[in-house]
Amino acid sequence: MTPLLRFEGVALRRGGRLLFEDLDLNLAPGETVQVEGPNGSGKSSLIRLAAGLLRSERGRVHRSALGLADDNLALDRELPLRTALQFWGGAVDEAMVQLGIGDLADIPVRLLSSGQAKRAALARVFASTSRLWLLDEPLNALDSDGVDRLSNVIAGHIKAGGAVLAASHQPLPGEWRSLELGA
Amino acid sequence: MIGALIARDVRRGFTGAAWLPIAFFLLVAALMPFAIGPDAKLLSRIAPGALWIAAMTAALLPIERLVEPDRSDGVLDQLFVHGMAEESVAFAKIAAHWVTFGPLLLVAAIPASALLAMGGSSLARTELALAIGSPGLASLAVAIAAVTAGLPRAGSLAGLLLLPLAVPLLIFGAADAYLLEAAISLLLTAGAPFVAGAAIRAART
Repeated sequence: MTPLLRFEGVALRRGGRLLFEDLDLNLAPGETVQVEGPNGSGKSSLIRLAAGLLRSERGRVHRSALGLADDNLALDRELPLRTALQFWGGAVDEAMVQLGIGDLADIPVRLLSSGQAKRAALARVFASTSRLWLLDEPLNALDSDGVDRLSNVIAGHIKAGGAVLAASHQPLPGEWRSLELGA
Repeated sequence: MIGALIARDVRRGFTGAAWLPIAFFLLVAALMPFAIGPDAKLLSRIAPGALWIAAMTAALLPIERLVEPDRSDGVLDQLFVHGMAEESVAFAKIAAHWVTFGPLLLVAAIPASALLAMGGSSLARTELALAIGSPGLASLAVAIAAVTAGLPRAGSLAGLLLLPLAVPLLIFGAADAYLLEAAISLLLTAGAPFVAGAAIRAART
């Protein structure tokens, strides 16, 4: 099966520090991989590298079309949530309902709490048609209901042939293959 | 997606502070009679150059909100992830910035010309020169906004960069040398997306 994301002997240096090298990774449809490691080990950098937002020092990264949810909301703060999400396209209404923010559709983004904003950032990815999802610290600011909903949405995505690479310093719900950095 | 980005930035421009550079432009024009005196002939003679200086300084005002908010909020990253080249993003921002700046500038030049005792034909020539030069000015503003995005004291730095680079537009625009002005404006408009695109890529961390 063709992997949705493949790292071949990748090395990444940031600020003069070698974060990792000779990293190989294959992420096939239906797979979930959690990037783990202590603070500063390069978890978020690996996600940005996978997204093409950083360049590796060595090695090659092959990727398919992807969706990215990181700490940045990337939504117009003055617009109602639904309108702001619609800029990025996809099945916005369904994603909002799945993440429990359907009733916030007409609320301006700037009025969302940090947990609601996190759900909105995740909804942006879930609304997309991308099979590869890159999630950076997806549990940050989520309450237990948010974690359950995230778990359900990821399970549905995997069942539909998608794949998820997530960086998190805390255990993610469900079954994840581990990729340890800084070990 | 480029059309959606232009529409988004135009809406943000008009619902934001699009009037601010125009108010500044009018204010600078209004200050001229106080500084030069009520000599209508003298004011009329310096009016085209004064309007160009007012336009250039007004173009500085929105620079910090052209690129930096989208960089810091991750919008530029998401546009890349959605397959949009940085040069296309820059082109969309130039187009949107001109729409929210250029036409308003041309309208504001009419009351400004009255403050400077400009005759009808002089106003028409200056309007034509501003129409030709404003796309170049908008392109330069976006390119410099991208180059300075995320830097400390970006606003001051932008002024130091924009004003000297806009001097050719000022010289040819104020002298009614339309063809030379159009050449400079075209050069800036064609080159700015590549400069801004490279700057957006380089600023990614």
